[in-house]
Amino acid sequence: MLEEIKARLDAAVPGCRSEMILNGSPSGQHSLLLDSAHAVEAATFLRDHAELRFDYCSNVTGVDWLEAQHSPGYLEVVYHLYSMEKKRGPLVLRLRTENRTDKVHLPSLTPVWRSAEFQEREIFDLYGIIFDGHPDLRRILMWDEFEDHPMRKDYVEPDDYEYEPTAHDDILAKAKQHAMGKSQEP
Amino acid sequence: MTTAPVKEATHDERAAGCGQDELLEIALGPHHPSTHGVFRMDVVLDGERVVKLKPVFGYLHRNHEKIAESASYLASMPYTDRLDYICSLTNNWAYALAVEKLAGLQVPERAEYIRVITAELTRLVNHTATIGFLTQEMGASGTPLMYAFREREKILDLFESLTGSRMMCNYMRFGGCRVELPAGWLEQTKKVVEEFPRFLDEYEQLLTGNEIFMARAQGVGILKKDLAIDAGVTGPMLRASGVNYDIRKVDKYGIYDRFDFKIPLGEHGDVYDRYMVRMLEMRESLKILHQALRDLPQGPLMDPKAKIRGFRPKPGEAYGRIEAPKGELGFYLISDGSPNPYRYRVRPPSLINLTVLEDMCRGYSIADTIVIFGTVDIVLGEVDR
Repeated sequence: MLEEIKARLDAAVPGCRSEMILNGSPSGQHSLLLDSAHAVEAATFLRDHAELRFDYCSNVTGVDWLEAQHSPGYLEVVYHLYSMEKKRGPLVLRLRTENRTDKVHLPSLTPVWRSAEFQEREIFDLYGIIFDGHPDLRRILMWDEFEDHPMRKDYVEPDDYEYEPTAHDDILAKAKQHAMGKSQEP
Repeated sequence: MTTAPVKEATHDERAAGCGQDELLEIALGPHHPSTHGVFRMDVVLDGERVVKLKPVFGYLHRNHEKIAESASYLASMPYTDRLDYICSLTNNWAYALAVEKLAGLQVPERAEYIRVITAELTRLVNHTATIGFLTQEMGASGTPLMYAFREREKILDLFESLTGSRMMCNYMRFGGCRVELPAGWLEQTKKVVEEFPRFLDEYEQLLTGNEIFMARAQGVGILKKDLAIDAGVTGPMLRASGVNYDIRKVDKYGIYDRFDFKIPLGEHGDVYDRYMVRMLEMRESLKILHQALRDLPQGPLMDPKAKIRGFRPKPGEAYGRIEAPKGELGFYLISDGSPNPYRYRVRPPSLINLTVLEDMCRGYSIADTIVIFGTVDIVLGEVDR
């Protein structure tokens, strides 16, 4: 089924470079990697095509791939699409950023499926992917002043405890380290 | 927070008491009794009418997904209880289903039946609680909520005798269920299931034709079919808008293709339809329960191939979803061959159903907003994760 969708997509959206990503697990849910320049056009096609009608975007996920797994490392967004009209699915779409540091822009698919609105905000918040064309891209779970992206694999939690350190050894050790770091600063 | 600029009234206007086009921005929550937890809505009001409504999340955020990435597959099972803490058994099932897809495990028949029985009992628990809270939010203080909780408690007693806990059940395992039914459990469950319709009749008599309830519910908070599909709304809320989409019928996961039951649909997509769909869904759940309790076979509870210790699925990924009482609950897992999932994602129906909250509430009063919000049916443990 996926080959057929890929062929239709490549024919309908000129210049679209889609690629099949095979899945080794018994679930057999293979996916389609889209190039970000044509992603919105391809998504609109998948939603509106009379026979496909993937009108329902169920799940949007961010994934962080470090250099260790793929070189160079990148951030990925995975969309799980279903068709409520045709009762089919899932169709798994993937989009990848160029790297994990400065080229982290991807097109937002919220204009195509509104159900991506909060989920893309969450990925922006926790992974730091910037979705171009999102109507309201703000942090959603962390507070607005927060700076890092906690779901990244190399995230280091801060040691500046505002509260009284609890009596656990590792917390006390971190608080001590933080206090030492401060005393060296001036 | 980005909201509409609040127009400053001049001294003379204030003195004259005329604030006709003055907008007022208030924070409804996070400590509001009707927000079902710590949820905040930033609302902009024109008099009593809602002009803008922005939900603010994160007060209960503990990064469940990150914690699950640093724990083994099985270690996250008790944590799924804490997502939607009203419906821990369906959370267990959704997670178990995703892992079973990932690792290719089979579930024995008896375990499938027990899963269906516990999941449908969970649906009864959830819908009684939701409708009970809804009446409370309409100002029917106490009585209907206590009626609902009285019935809910009978089912929670069953959960306690089966799993050891009323709400944090932690009952399902990859490839089956944890423990065998205790002695007398089936008889007790049959009794509860048989007596339940009497409660529903009584409750419907109290509410369905009640003039005040109808006035507060009919034509309020309408959600159109197209918007519901576009915004990924699922569960009773979607079906109240007239979309025939129930994952029990679509995916036929587990053994749902063996049971005879119907999918209640609404017509108007208003508060009343969302109430009615839940009421009718409970009766359909009772039908499923009758059939499952009658047909429950003997046999093993666990797939003999399933390993509890040293469980390492092959590299790959899987998305598994079920029809939880609140909507589509899905788990997306990526394995890299290690004992911990590389990526663990929860698709929370409570969060995604809130996407349309502003669309439903705009133009209604604060009192209606509370009622509309009540019929979305959220639990903050799942919204914020």
